[in-house]
Amino acid sequence: MNELLDPLLLARWQFGLTTVYHFLFVPITIGLATTVAIFQTAWYRTGKTQYLQVTRFFGSIFLINFAMGVVTGIVQEFQFGMNWSEYSRFVGDVFGAPLALEGLLAFFFEATFIGLWIFGWDKLPRGIHLATIWCTAVGTIVSAYFIIAANAFMQNPVGYEMNAEKGRAELVDIWALLTNPVALAAFPHTIAASFMVAAGLIISASAWHLARNQHLDSMRPALKFGLWLMVGSGILTTLFGDQLSLAMVATQPMKMAAAEATYDTVCGADASFSLFTLGTPDGTTELFSIRVPYVLSLLSTHTFDGCVEGINDLQADYQALYGPGDYAPIIWVTYWAFRWMIGLGMLHVLVAVVGLWLTRKGRMPRQKWVWKIAIWSFPLSLAAMIVGWIFTEMGRQPWIVFSLLPTESAVSPNVTGLDVLISLVAFTLIYGALAVVEVRLVIRAIKQGPPEIGEPDPESGRVEPAATVY
Amino acid sequence: MDLSTLWFWIVAFLFVGYFVLDGFDFGIGMSLPFLGRDDTDRRVLINTIGPVWDLNETWVIVAGASLFAAFPEWYATLFSGFYLALLLILLALIARGVSFEYRHQRPESKWKAWFDGMIVVGSAVPALLWGVAFANIVQGVPLDADHNYTGTLFDLLNPYALLGGLTTLLLFFTHGVVFASLKTEGDLRARARRLATRAGVVTIVVAAAFLLWTGLAFGTPWFWILAGIAAVALVGGWIANLRGAEGVAFALLAITVAAAVLALFASLFPDVMPASNDPANSLTIENASSTPYTLTVMSWVALIFLPLVLAYQAWTYWIFRKRVSRAHVEAAAH
Ligand code: HDD
Ligand code: HEM
Ligand code: HEM
Repeated sequence: MNELLDPLLLARWQFGLTTVYHFLFVPITIGLATTVAIFQTAWYRTGKTQYLQVTRFFGSIFLINFAMGVVTGIVQEFQFGMNWSEYSRFVGDVFGAPLALEGLLAFFFEATFIGLWIFGWDKLPRGIHLATIWCTAVGTIVSAYFIIAANAFMQNPVGYEMNAEKGRAELVDIWALLTNPVALAAFPHTIAASFMVAAGLIISASAWHLARNQHLDSMRPALKFGLWLMVGSGILTTLFGDQLSLAMVATQPMKMAAAEATYDTVCGADASFSLFTLGTPDGTTELFSIRVPYVLSLLSTHTFDGCVEGINDLQADYQALYGPGDYAPIIWVTYWAFRWMIGLGMLHVLVAVVGLWLTRKGRMPRQKWVWKIAIWSFPLSLAAMIVGWIFTEMGRQPWIVFSLLPTESAVSPNVTGLDVLISLVAFTLIYGALAVVEVRLVIRAIKQGPPEIGEPDPESGRVEPAATVY
Repeated sequence: MDLSTLWFWIVAFLFVGYFVLDGFDFGIGMSLPFLGRDDTDRRVLINTIGPVWDLNETWVIVAGASLFAAFPEWYATLFSGFYLALLLILLALIARGVSFEYRHQRPESKWKAWFDGMIVVGSAVPALLWGVAFANIVQGVPLDADHNYTGTLFDLLNPYALLGGLTTLLLFFTHGVVFASLKTEGDLRARARRLATRAGVVTIVVAAAFLLWTGLAFGTPWFWILAGIAAVALVGGWIANLRGAEGVAFALLAITVAAAVLALFASLFPDVMPASNDPANSLTIENASSTPYTLTVMSWVALIFLPLVLAYQAWTYWIFRKRVSRAHVEAAAH
């Protein structure tokens, strides 16, 4: 019974669950806000009806998703205090600032302009209405910056001093906090990955209609756009991911060792990247693996003769530094999460390149299986995103703030296991129910296809967009 | 004024913004069963707040984040201490928020009834519990030497706090109904005015009892001044509604909410969370606040961006100033 009601374990499950859930909606929002803005700009510039159709089609999917991002975000904002009060006391002076900046600079902006965009179709002049979706898009990206800067402090604490008397970290340099090298690499990596997710959604939705030979006018350009976006953002994600690897090795070598399940320090050709490894269940011995020489050295140091420290050596170093304890994360999680992130991501770029080739010069593949593969783009690119974060967050363990505060010292001391169990069950139920509703609504919106739009006005040659109401 | 005092009042300002703005959203949500005779009525009511509910709700996010940044100890103690109450508020806000967006996605009346129910409950629960929470803060709660709350959920449900919750519930309800009369047309508008008159009487009685209790138990001179303003504005708003001056009534009720929230903060100052068991354990603006450096950075940001935020939010309200008609909703909903 006591095992079951361990507040730390339950709080970790709750945080992981709710954050992963929040992050299902966030990349879609970030990616789609900008792409919808691009579609609307194309309509604004050319007046072509099919651009208005894709704007409103993907716009409605965007809104179904946005609502979930907002309501799950409030939970995130409150949870630090609710479940991690010791953490909040410890880092509040540092960590609170980017969160408050995010609210003041980004959330207000986003929440205001999204309302103007949804309800402003018939109330605002065209140019200003276009500006409102761009403002929303900028808001989403600015918000991502601040939250990643906050997260980066947990990965690589900078810009602070310890106050022993108060037992907390105190901010001494906001600029250092906001230009944390980990944040500078993680931010573009995450944004580019968000565009991969949006591209995946666009590819999936347009493939569904093209496979049925319907809505060709609007879905064909949408597919092309999605494929190019996938390739472009895929390349950027990889380049920034490479930068992030360097930053990670410099700040949290244990995470790279765990990502590779490298137990002993290896150099040069021995620093190989394993594509697939089977180990004994306790994870300490390797049974079988397929390896590419030098790649790990390249990834970690950008040289052929670099060394990558192993888990056992790091464990010994950390024990000398921070006292006895286990300083390695759960190896199989980090190992597989890292592979799935990269693997699924690469796969998508490949699928998109093949897609571009198959649809070159206006061709449309006839084979059903081509479209079936394309439809998987959306769920799988989202999965790549999620496992990437699971890698980042679980790879940081046992620290909540790396090298400063262990996760076990961060939990609220006065919140009982029963309290957390109640909230965990409540969140699971409501999030589960809403997931069913949301997925059905998105599928329904996709199947309905782009809306019919009235005849263009004979004078201006443009259609008047209809008003929206709740 | 030192920086922690300044931030005490900025936090107060953010909560004032939240309760003034999201308060009438809660009122609109709670009014659905009373004013919404048919689906179109309910849609009209929801559309009066459609473009603004999200920005209104964002005030609590910014208030919470500012609390975290400026008074980490207060944030930690309050949010972990009032754990289950906040959980209920969160669940309610989740239910309410998705319902606005999802209720119109499908035509079936059963589907709509579900989401209408979630809007009503999702509005009533926070309207009640925020009052309970703030009344408890003013009254003080048991804290240990590490500033951790030592009571339970049931300690929070004491008579004084419940009266506070009832007050915010009624106040937000009346404010929302007045907003409905300001933003709708025809029959709905007339019914909203009549309902506001009736609800206003109950609100005046309950709010008077709560403010008196607070004043007698925890009052400071500033509390009495602000509570007086709140009381006068409330009665004035009720009279304005009776006379059909909807805009004036709405503004006066907004002043009531603002003055009442400020009055509570004034009775708190310079504590932020008094300990009911031992004053030595109280959280004050001194021992709960961040360092001067953090507060300075935050002050600059707030100084530059808060006016900007107010400007574009005011502009939004201006854009959507027109009344929402049944005809408009029916036409757009095809
Ligand atoms: C579509 C999603 C996607 C794809 C294809 C990739 N990543 Fe990624 N990756 C993420 C999505 C992601 C992420 C958004 O989930 C993370 C979590 C934290 C972060 O900043 O981005 C992440 C984290 C992350 C980290 C951990 C950073 C840390 O813990 O400090 C590293 C080292 C990489 N990535 C490296 C790569 C490399 C070398 C890739 C390709 C060759 C790659 N990622 C593709
Ligand atoms: C960028 C903002 C983020 C911040 C500030 C943040 C912060 C935190 C905190 C405070 C914890 C709890 C303590 C702990 O267990 O170490 C945590 C855990 C966790 N987070 Fe994040 N997180 C962020 C983003 C994400 C995202 C986007 C995801 C996934 C999609 C994620 C997934 C997780 C998981 C799975 C855990 C549980 C790890 C464990 O306990 O083993 N986080 N994070
Ligand atoms: C654990 C840390 C996190 C916290 C405290 C947090 C907080 C919030 C809050 C309060 C909202 C609602 C805003 C509104 O009402 O408009 C929100 C939405 C959003 N969050 Fe998070 N979030 C977290 C993780 C993340 C991460 C990791 C990212 C990006 C990389 C992110 C990006 C966004 C975006 C773009 C939105 C707005 C779009 C939407 O609502 O879907 N968040 N978040």
